[in-house]
Amino acid sequence: MHLDHSHDGPSAVSADARRPDGSRRALRIGLGGPVGSGKTATVAALCRALRDELSLAVVTNDIYTREDAEFLLREAVLPPERITAVETGACPHTAIRDDISANLEAVEDLEDEVGPLDLILVESGGDNLTATFSKGLVDAQIFVIDVAGGDDIPRKGGPGVTTADLLVVNKTDLAPYVGSDLARMAADAKAQRAELPVVFQSLRSETGVRDVAAWARAQLAAWTA
Amino acid sequence: MSRAALLVLADGRFPAGGHAHSGGAEAAVKAGRITGGASLEDFCRGRLHTAGLVSASLAAAAVLGLDVRELDAAADARTPSPALRAAARKLGRQLLRAARATWPGDELDAVAREFPKGAHQPVVLGLAARAAGLEAVDAAYCAAYESVSGPASATVRLLSLDPFDATGALARLAPELDRVVDRAVEAARRAVDDGVDALPAASGPLLEIGAEAHAAWAVRLFAS
Amino acid sequence: MTVTGVRATARILARDDGRGGTSLPVLEGDGPLALRRTRASGAEARVMLVGAMSGPLGGDRFAVEAKVAEGARLSVGSAAATIALPGQTKGEAHYDIRLDVADGGELAWLPEQLISARGSDLYVTTRVELGARARLVLREEQVLGRAGEEPGRLTSRLTVRVEGRAVLDQELACGPGAPGGWDGSAVLGGRRAVGQLVVVRPEFAAEPVAARMLGEEAALMPLAGPAVLVSAVAADALRLRRLLDEALAALG
Repeated sequence: MHLDHSHDGPSAVSADARRPDGSRRALRIGLGGPVGSGKTATVAALCRALRDELSLAVVTNDIYTREDAEFLLREAVLPPERITAVETGACPHTAIRDDISANLEAVEDLEDEVGPLDLILVESGGDNLTATFSKGLVDAQIFVIDVAGGDDIPRKGGPGVTTADLLVVNKTDLAPYVGSDLARMAADAKAQRAELPVVFQSLRSETGVRDVAAWARAQLAAWTA
Repeated sequence: MSRAALLVLADGRFPAGGHAHSGGAEAAVKAGRITGGASLEDFCRGRLHTAGLVSASLAAAAVLGLDVRELDAAADARTPSPALRAAARKLGRQLLRAARATWPGDELDAVAREFPKGAHQPVVLGLAARAAGLEAVDAAYCAAYESVSGPASATVRLLSLDPFDATGALARLAPELDRVVDRAVEAARRAVDDGVDALPAASGPLLEIGAEAHAAWAVRLFAS
Repeated sequence: MTVTGVRATARILARDDGRGGTSLPVLEGDGPLALRRTRASGAEARVMLVGAMSGPLGGDRFAVEAKVAEGARLSVGSAAATIALPGQTKGEAHYDIRLDVADGGELAWLPEQLISARGSDLYVTTRVELGARARLVLREEQVLGRAGEEPGRLTSRLTVRVEGRAVLDQELACGPGAPGGWDGSAVLGGRRAVGQLVVVRPEFAAEPVAARMLGEEAALMPLAGPAVLVSAVAADALRLRRLLDEALAALG
């Protein structure tokens, strides 16, 4: 690599931690997890919780192109120019793991157009338990599952549950209705993840997305330190 | 310099964004023009001899060192559909990113500076081949093959087509692919002396029209 | 045996006559390519291309050259469809159309259809060079075979440049002997009529027209320059013409 790469314009080729001008770029956090587990709702709640203190943007990776982006636009969690949809050709995990080129264009375009940004949330399209983000795309990742998807998911493990920097068990308010055992889920998650953190949340409760937002703030503090 | 670099560049898993594009297959499936293995082959044959030939010649010409800006303008003129021009630039930008990481060099960096929003993908493909030490014929093969492998793999997903049927169709097209590459390289060599007008301009009206129909859909699986 | 086909070149030059109209200092027909001046409409001169005999046949070389000088306005039509037929000589026929419109000039090039009859082999080249602020409406329609007939081989390349920069360069090849897939789902999809309408207006540079579909098998597409292309396929010539007429009317 030549020194002039960092100065005159052409965007970085990989997940360089600095912008072309040498300043530290926005932290990128990925949110993955199965269909319907509440990824988009968590992104929306995070935006509401953090938008007054941070400069935020969101990239969605939909199975059917723009659905999640349009949900976020409808909910008006951020101004529309801060939300971008990446089209994934029926393979959402490919776009966040095997071929991250479209997502990298999207995050760089957001930095160029509405930056400087503090935090970019990259939401994966709903996929299966093996879908994880490439380290070339995000700096940290959250895996979102929910109690209604079966309380044996933490026990089954898989790369998302086991290795994500944060595991979120969502919709805890539904546990009594679907017969999910939260204590067992917590124990299984602990067994799979050792010291990696787990958050149980219900976005309908008063605390809402508080714990995930706190985790994101801590990630950002470590990133900019 | 290694011929095996061609395998790296032509690999469907080369991370340059192609997986999200159907090469017109999604529109053709919806319109009922691709319904199975035979009609997929027919579609691919038409695409090979039109868009595939043009792409292969642009890629070959880029390897031979024709001016990138002129080649990019020639690609624009040969791509009436604005949806296809946008897709080609998007893919060109993604390919340039992957190529710069894979075969770093000043020439690719200069193109990234000159085309911050991307140059046409076949032109970038030629430059990537050049950076990888490959020849015009290699780049032409890569472009011509992509013109049919993209729709084939997309159709496997769209129609749940038997993947062996799709691969068989690609194999049957191989002799025609050879001929298209020959024509493309010959035209690219002529263009070295005569300019970009010597490059083929073969077009498929339904590819262009279908791309515009597709771009207007609210819900789709592929970006183009 | 050397049998050569017919060679003919027709020429038109349109010039601003300085009195708010357009004069035609050059209006030269040649052999089968006859030209007639018809009643003018306002500032615009009108010319009709009259095919005195059907053609081109195999081996023929026809050419039409029209030049529109600065500020002049010319409209060219044809009295009937052109039919490409097989000839006694082997080899392809050529039809070259060269249109030049100088700065601020305006050309409407609206010939009737080109019909590719069975056994014919025709190569059409249409090259348009436009100056700054020149205006153009150009229609091309290819019909593959007369009613119920197999088509001949037809290759048609259309290049439009504005101030030297190509805004459109496309070639359509169809019929027996054309590269594979020409009648398939990526190219013509079994349709027997295919057409292009190119409209160049300087104001498109500042206010580009948005792309839109015109039914299922035609699209209006802004080009990379102050121009739009309407590309259409249709079951027959009548339906095709209706589509292109509607598109032109919609552009205002």
